[in-house]
Amino acid sequence: MAEFRMPSLGADMEAGTLVEWRIHPGDAVKRGAIVAVVDTEKATIEIEIFENGVVEAIHVREGEKVPVGTVLATIRTDGEAPRSPAPAAPAVEVPARVSPLARKRAEELGIDLATVTGSGERGAITRDDVERSVARVTRPAQPEKPSEDRQAGLRRVIAAAMGRSKREIPHYYLGIDIDMSRAMAWLAAENSKRSVTDRLLYSVLLLRAVALAVHEVPEMNGFWVDGAFQPSAAVHVGLAISLRQGGLVAPAIHDIDKKRLDELMREMLDLVKRARAGVLRSSEFSDPTITVTNLGEQGVQTVFGVIYPPQVALVGFGKVAERPWAAGGMIGARPVISASLSADHRVSDGHRGGRFLAAIDRLLQEPEKL
Amino acid sequence: MTSEQIRDVVLRVLGSIAPEAAMDSLNPKVSLRDQLDIDSVDFLNFVIGLHKELRVDIPDTDVPKLATLESCVAYLLSKSEGQGGKK
Repeated sequence: MAEFRMPSLGADMEAGTLVEWRIHPGDAVKRGAIVAVVDTEKATIEIEIFENGVVEAIHVREGEKVPVGTVLATIRTDGEAPRSPAPAAPAVEVPARVSPLARKRAEELGIDLATVTGSGERGAITRDDVERSVARVTRPAQPEKPSEDRQAGLRRVIAAAMGRSKREIPHYYLGIDIDMSRAMAWLAAENSKRSVTDRLLYSVLLLRAVALAVHEVPEMNGFWVDGAFQPSAAVHVGLAISLRQGGLVAPAIHDIDKKRLDELMREMLDLVKRARAGVLRSSEFSDPTITVTNLGEQGVQTVFGVIYPPQVALVGFGKVAERPWAAGGMIGARPVISASLSADHRVSDGHRGGRFLAAIDRLLQEPEKL
Repeated sequence: MTSEQIRDVVLRVLGSIAPEAAMDSLNPKVSLRDQLDIDSVDFLNFVIGLHKELRVDIPDTDVPKLATLESCVAYLLSKSEGQGGKK
C-alpha cells in the first residue's frame, strides 16, 4: 500500500490546505495524474501522484490544513490485493467537486458551498455557480481583489527563501554582453513562416541555451544539500514569473535540454498563464534545478539575481537593445542582451561560471541548432 | 462583424489574460501592455486568443497594430472586412 502525502513544495513550506480532491475511493490513478489541489501561501497547486494503482482511502477532508508529510490518501498499487475487510485508517467522505476558483470566490464572498448547486462536469461547482448563487440571495458582490492573506503569505515565503539565500549562499556574480543579431534575425524569419499559434518568443531561445550550456558546466545545475553539492542529471529550469498582484513564482519547465523549441514554447505559454491564474502543479514547484529570470521587458539592463535555495545558480537576462558593437574593426549597432550569472561559490568558481556564460553566448550564435 | 462586436471579443480575451484588471476603465488610446502590466508571453496568449475567437490570421509583423484597444479593434475590423465579413 502506498501513502500519498502532503508534499513539500519548496524549502519553506510547512503546511498546506487540501482544497479539492479529484479522486474518490475506488478510482484508478496513474502516475503523473493530478489527484488533488492544495493551497499554499504561494499559490493554489495541483498535486500529481507518482504511483499507479487504485485509491484505497482518503484521510484528509477538503478544507483541512495539514503539515507537510501528512498522509492524505492510501493507494493500492498495481498488483496488490484490496485490503479487507476495511481500511485501517479512518476514511473521510468526499464532498461535491468544487473547482479551486469557485472555492476561492466562495471564500471571498462568504458563500457556503453546501448551498450552491453545481453545473459543471459530474456536478462540479464552478465559479459561475458561486456567482449565480450570490445573485440569488441579492447580496452585492464585492469587487474582486487579490487576497491580502495570499499576498502577505507570498511575501513571507519570498522573504524566507531570499533571506536564507543571502545568509547561507556565498554568491558570486558574472556578466556578459551577447550579440543577439543572429538570434533575432533567425527568429523574425522563422516567425514570418509560422501561424500565430506556433510563434516563438526570443525568451524561449534563452531558456534552451541555458539548458544546453548546463551540459558543459554541470556545476550550475543541482542542489546544495547537507553540506554537499548534489548535481542533477535532469535539467528543469525554473522560470521566474512576476505576478501582477505582486510577488513572483519560479516553477519549472521540465527537461528543457530534451525538448524542441515548439514544445518548449507551448509549455512556457501554458506555464505563465497558469502561474498568473494561481494554478500550478506540485512537480513544477519542487523540481527546478536552476532558475532563469528575464527582466528585459521592464527595461532592466543587467540582473543581479538571488539564488533560490537549495539551487546553486541563477541566470538573469536584461533588455535586448540596440547598442554600439565593435566587430572586425568596425563599429555598428546591434541588438545586444546582457546576461548575468549568480552562482554559489561553495560549488563553482568564476572560471567555471565564465565558461558557462560563454557557452550560452556561443549557443545563441547558432539559433537554428537550438 | 461590427466594431462593437470585435471590441467585446477583444475585452473578453484580455479578461482571460488579466482577469484582475478593470476593463471598463481602459483608455482606448494607451498601450494595453502598459495599462494591464502584461508581458510578451501574455501578449502572445492574447494574440492567439484573438486568432482563435475571430479566426483571423495575424502576421507577426502586424502585432504592433494591436498595441492599443482602439488600434486593435480597427485592425481586426479591417481584417474581418477583408475576409468578406465571414466569422
